[in-house]
Amino acid sequence: MVEGSIVTIGVVFGAMFLGLILGVPIAIGQVYGKPFLRKIIAVYVWFFRGIPLLVLLFLFYFGFLPLLGLNLPAFTVASIVLGLISSAYQSQIFRGAILSLPEGQLKAARALGMSDFSAICNIILPQALRLSIPGWSNEYSIILKDSAVTYALGVPEIMARTHFVATRTYEHLILYATAGLLYLILTFAGTKALRILEEKVRIPGYATR
Amino acid sequence: MNEWIYIQNAVVPALWKGLVVSIELIVPSAIMGLLLGIVVGTLRVYGSVFLRLLSDGYVVLFRGVPLLVQLFTWYFGLPHIGIFLSPFSASVLGFTLCSAAYHSEYVRGALLSIKRGQIMAAQSLGFSTLDTLRYIVLPQAIRRALPGCGNEIIYLIKYSSLAYMITCIELTGQAKALASQSFKYLEIFLIVGFIYLVLVSIASWLLNKLENALVIPGFELYKS
Repeated sequence: MVEGSIVTIGVVFGAMFLGLILGVPIAIGQVYGKPFLRKIIAVYVWFFRGIPLLVLLFLFYFGFLPLLGLNLPAFTVASIVLGLISSAYQSQIFRGAILSLPEGQLKAARALGMSDFSAICNIILPQALRLSIPGWSNEYSIILKDSAVTYALGVPEIMARTHFVATRTYEHLILYATAGLLYLILTFAGTKALRILEEKVRIPGYATR
Repeated sequence: MNEWIYIQNAVVPALWKGLVVSIELIVPSAIMGLLLGIVVGTLRVYGSVFLRLLSDGYVVLFRGVPLLVQLFTWYFGLPHIGIFLSPFSASVLGFTLCSAAYHSEYVRGALLSIKRGQIMAAQSLGFSTLDTLRYIVLPQAIRRALPGCGNEIIYLIKYSSLAYMITCIELTGQAKALASQSFKYLEIFLIVGFIYLVLVSIASWLLNKLENALVIPGFELYKS
């Protein structure tokens, strides 16, 4: 089960990272993009937020990826699917953070001769990303728990190992309670780490709330 | 053309049966989860110290443990202490307890957002604590909690697919069975994904309607 935790952490980190690098441009596109781009993004977000994880896992693992001739291991598919879903959710967290910044800042940056791109990168994002950390720690605990579902593809994470041991020893109750405890510890550790990060990157004198 | 006949004869009836089971799972879980969530949320704010500790512990536990682990515990774990649940009732139990924990969090937030002065005013008018809650605080708080609770119900619709993992054959379960027979994973899961999208869209539309129908003029949440 400890080995399983490492696999779980691997899946979660892969997904969070993919969600982050996709979520930021999606959020920027949704706030500042052209109407056509916004439409596409809205459909993307609607798609990945509206379909259950389990269905998406099956769809990608047995459907899309083999069709494209890709035969990826379950671990990779799990990270990708969780990452895509997470990018849809994370984009909404970032969008909220971007929208919470006063509009005047962007105008001021433009007036100082910054290009749109550099204004977003240098003025908006550093603030918005800091504001997003609380939402991000929520997202972490959701992905962590959702990662249990990847057991359906046979990813050898906590849940799969627990079930495997349980079916051999018939100690279901105790083993699942232990698995639950492991998840509680991982959730607690992760949110604590993000809380510390939040303190670390805070700009002195710049109260977020 | 063959595929079309296959879809008509095999896929549609099976998925329809699955959809009915899914809805039978979702509706009671959503209603009982919401009611339990309101009770737990209220206890967490107004209960005695002991009840508060108890309900806080419940929420930490059920929000911190993955729903799948909870379902497995109810289905595979409870028989060890002599309680045997069918896959269906284990799913409903798991969904209800889990979503109640999340609902209680929204209800708690909404209760805390009601100004204290209102409670004092009610007490000075001779309301008992229970009456104050029932007539003054909860009617406002529930309206404020509704957007959050609505989100939770939408999550529940999607998480209902997990019932398949404890062999309760609902929409996803039927789809998996069909797909492993015919190897038409892509088509069948696209259809199922679309059905879930429709369910979620209908639910969010209904919740929006409900929110608008319950608005008290002059007490709108968002002034537009």
